[in-house]
Amino acid sequence: MFEFKLPDPGEGLTEAEIVRWVVAAGDEVAVNDVLVEIETAKSLVELPSPYAGVVAELLVAEGEMVAVGSPIIRIGERGETWIPAAEPTEPTLGSAEPALAEPAIADQPAEPTAVLVGYGVRTASTTRRRRAVPPHSSNAPSSNAQSATVQAPIQPLATQSTAFDELGAVPRPITPTPLPRSTPAVRRVARDLGVDLTQLNGTGPDGLITAEDVVAAHTQPRARDERIPLRGIRRQMFNSMTASLQIPQATALIEADVTGTVDMLQTLKQRREFAELRVSPLLVFAKAACLAISRIPEINSSFDGSCDEIVLHKAVNLGIAAATPRGLLVPNIKNADRMNLTELAQALTAMVAVARDGRVQPADLARGTFTITNIGVFGVDGGTPILSPGESAIMCLGTIRRKPWVVGTGADEHLEPRSVCTVSLTFDHRLVDGAMASKFLAEVATIMSNPGLALMF
Amino acid sequence: MIDPVPGPDFVQLLDPTGSRAEPHRFGYSGSDAELAADLRDMLLIRRLDAEATALQRKGELGLWAPLLGQEAAQVGSARATRGADLIVPSYREHGVAWCAGIDPLDLLTTFRGTGMTDWASRPANFHPYSFVIGTQTLHAVGMAMALRLDGLVGNSDPNRNAAAIVYFGDGATSQGDVNEAFVFAASFAAPVVFFCQNNQYAISEPTSVQTKIPLYQRAAGFGFPGVRVDGNDLLAVRAVTEWAMERARRGDGPTLIEAYTYRVGAHTTSDDPTKYRSADEEQAWRAKDPITRLRNYLLGTSAIDQSWLDSVEAEAESLAERIRLGCVNLPEPKLEEFFTQAYADTPDALFSQRAEHLAYEASFEATR
Repeated sequence: MFEFKLPDPGEGLTEAEIVRWVVAAGDEVAVNDVLVEIETAKSLVELPSPYAGVVAELLVAEGEMVAVGSPIIRIGERGETWIPAAEPTEPTLGSAEPALAEPAIADQPAEPTAVLVGYGVRTASTTRRRRAVPPHSSNAPSSNAQSATVQAPIQPLATQSTAFDELGAVPRPITPTPLPRSTPAVRRVARDLGVDLTQLNGTGPDGLITAEDVVAAHTQPRARDERIPLRGIRRQMFNSMTASLQIPQATALIEADVTGTVDMLQTLKQRREFAELRVSPLLVFAKAACLAISRIPEINSSFDGSCDEIVLHKAVNLGIAAATPRGLLVPNIKNADRMNLTELAQALTAMVAVARDGRVQPADLARGTFTITNIGVFGVDGGTPILSPGESAIMCLGTIRRKPWVVGTGADEHLEPRSVCTVSLTFDHRLVDGAMASKFLAEVATIMSNPGLALMF
Repeated sequence: MIDPVPGPDFVQLLDPTGSRAEPHRFGYSGSDAELAADLRDMLLIRRLDAEATALQRKGELGLWAPLLGQEAAQVGSARATRGADLIVPSYREHGVAWCAGIDPLDLLTTFRGTGMTDWASRPANFHPYSFVIGTQTLHAVGMAMALRLDGLVGNSDPNRNAAAIVYFGDGATSQGDVNEAFVFAASFAAPVVFFCQNNQYAISEPTSVQTKIPLYQRAAGFGFPGVRVDGNDLLAVRAVTEWAMERARRGDGPTLIEAYTYRVGAHTTSDDPTKYRSADEEQAWRAKDPITRLRNYLLGTSAIDQSWLDSVEAEAESLAERIRLGCVNLPEPKLEEFFTQAYADTPDALFSQRAEHLAYEASFEATR
């Protein structure tokens, strides 16, 4: 029986998603027959079989993420008996006397399968220890010290494995799922009524499933909940948002009069340079953020935990959160601060096209230093975004609305309809304090209100 | 973006259907028996390339740079070299290495990470693989100059002469090193042939963003001849390379050969070409396959037949099996060996580091 472990198909990749199995249990395979398609961060590749034989078992379902080095399929010779994966499969030293295993060595964890770039999957593991470590059990027979390295107690093979016929009569191993909390009487009711307890949410104390729950489920069958596997971009979003909550972060808001910007955009749209480009308030916000960062560089910083230093980035790699066909992605414009308005408009236009087509490349997603999220496109007034880990701030734009705005002073004071936008900034409070964040928002609001003042930067 | 018309100076002696297209200022005068031997080499290296690619996907190699599609460029040029000529490869020249007599298993040690590039079966005239782009062109020019200083260039007896051939890709032509090599070789008439396999892509960058003119025309600016040859046509590659090598051996200086070909596979096993080029383009190039056209030609002249092809295929399969089994059994290197592999004369500091390492290793109990 051979076990094929997920290799690193690129250089230094640590995981891959099982996209599609080409073979099924019972299939006969030859060496180099394609077994499976996997997708890594870099590419979609097919994995050929290192072995000839019959597929005994697929160990990973389609759609699952697998760590490099994990077994994904077992292939046996035709007619070979096999041991389901749920059982221990390491009865290596058949002739050894396990009862005599030296405890000090038995305690040592087996070295995990190491997969190194350029080495492929290692099949041999070694357990070594320094001579300097004093023996835990000095009265153990010395002859066992070399050979007895078994980690688990060994039982006779026959008691824990089941032999199966060839030709695919191979049941998949059953992974025990924890039973939902209920009482024997309730389980009896459920069995009688044919209700699956694992599909119920209990209403009793601590989620206990009651007889009423079972009866209710039986009389008015509820639509089954939809379950969406966490994979790909969605998983990345899940992980990075979870990681973000490790960061002490706070949010500040400002309501800005952006009428000046809205008027200026009308002028820009007339110009030939911008004819083919997306000219939107986001463009001016992006420019304003870059300018404000030049005055408050901490907004564009990160923390280097390896040496406890705050890194003020000399370039603004400006991320724009984008809802794409693949999910939420934050591609960034490299060196956005060195671009004039035309170049920035070109970069934004190109980025939007790439994101919309789902062609965002890993390089576009890497090395971001500051992010803008424009939830105004969904019609909401504003929000409190969550930091992208590794960045010290994220700016959030609400929708631009016509609102009454107090202008003038003294006798001149009166209401005017103006274009108004709520801008918020969530910041890493370890790197950025409230004063810096407020100053940044004030600078952005000033430029948006009167874009001509950008000339002062 | 692929230049659809390779240009009027394009040297092609065997068209994609397998018909001889002559006469030409370059002619191939070898026998069909020689061509059959070359076809056998091409079939075998294609098989070994496929096996190595599969071995990477099984986790047995860290990386592999497939040569699929470039067999004619490599075999044709390698067969234009002889005894004392120096061969300086890049990192994809598995076909050239094969022709030089290198055991394919030795190549795998590098890609498995169990050995350096100084393979046991490497003949002295075959330089180790260069993984840094373009550096080897400078080394080759230096080696060519050494040939001349050794009196191996321009002798009245042509059999006493030798030259160097250096392999690089279209992407390397954008490197400073390659251009410096061109300048020096031109200035001193170094006996070197610059053999550029233009496989159309520098990883994902098409040649259209590497050069505005056909690459072979760059040679004129440096002051030596440049020839664009159909890199999928073994006859043309062989004829042009023989001409250029003979020119170098005579003492007439360098030549740039642009072998116009296509990397049908990925740049390396870490690359996914579907992200930057179309299936149509790949299909168009597959129709120009170097092996198909030579096989069709030789079947047409009855130099080979189906039983010949079957026997080569059987040979290829046993080669693949030898590689497959040999790869997983390649010996693991010992860390202490690396201390003495970087320098010809190992400095004392490295010897003492090695001693320290050995003492540390000795402090462990024996492994099981």
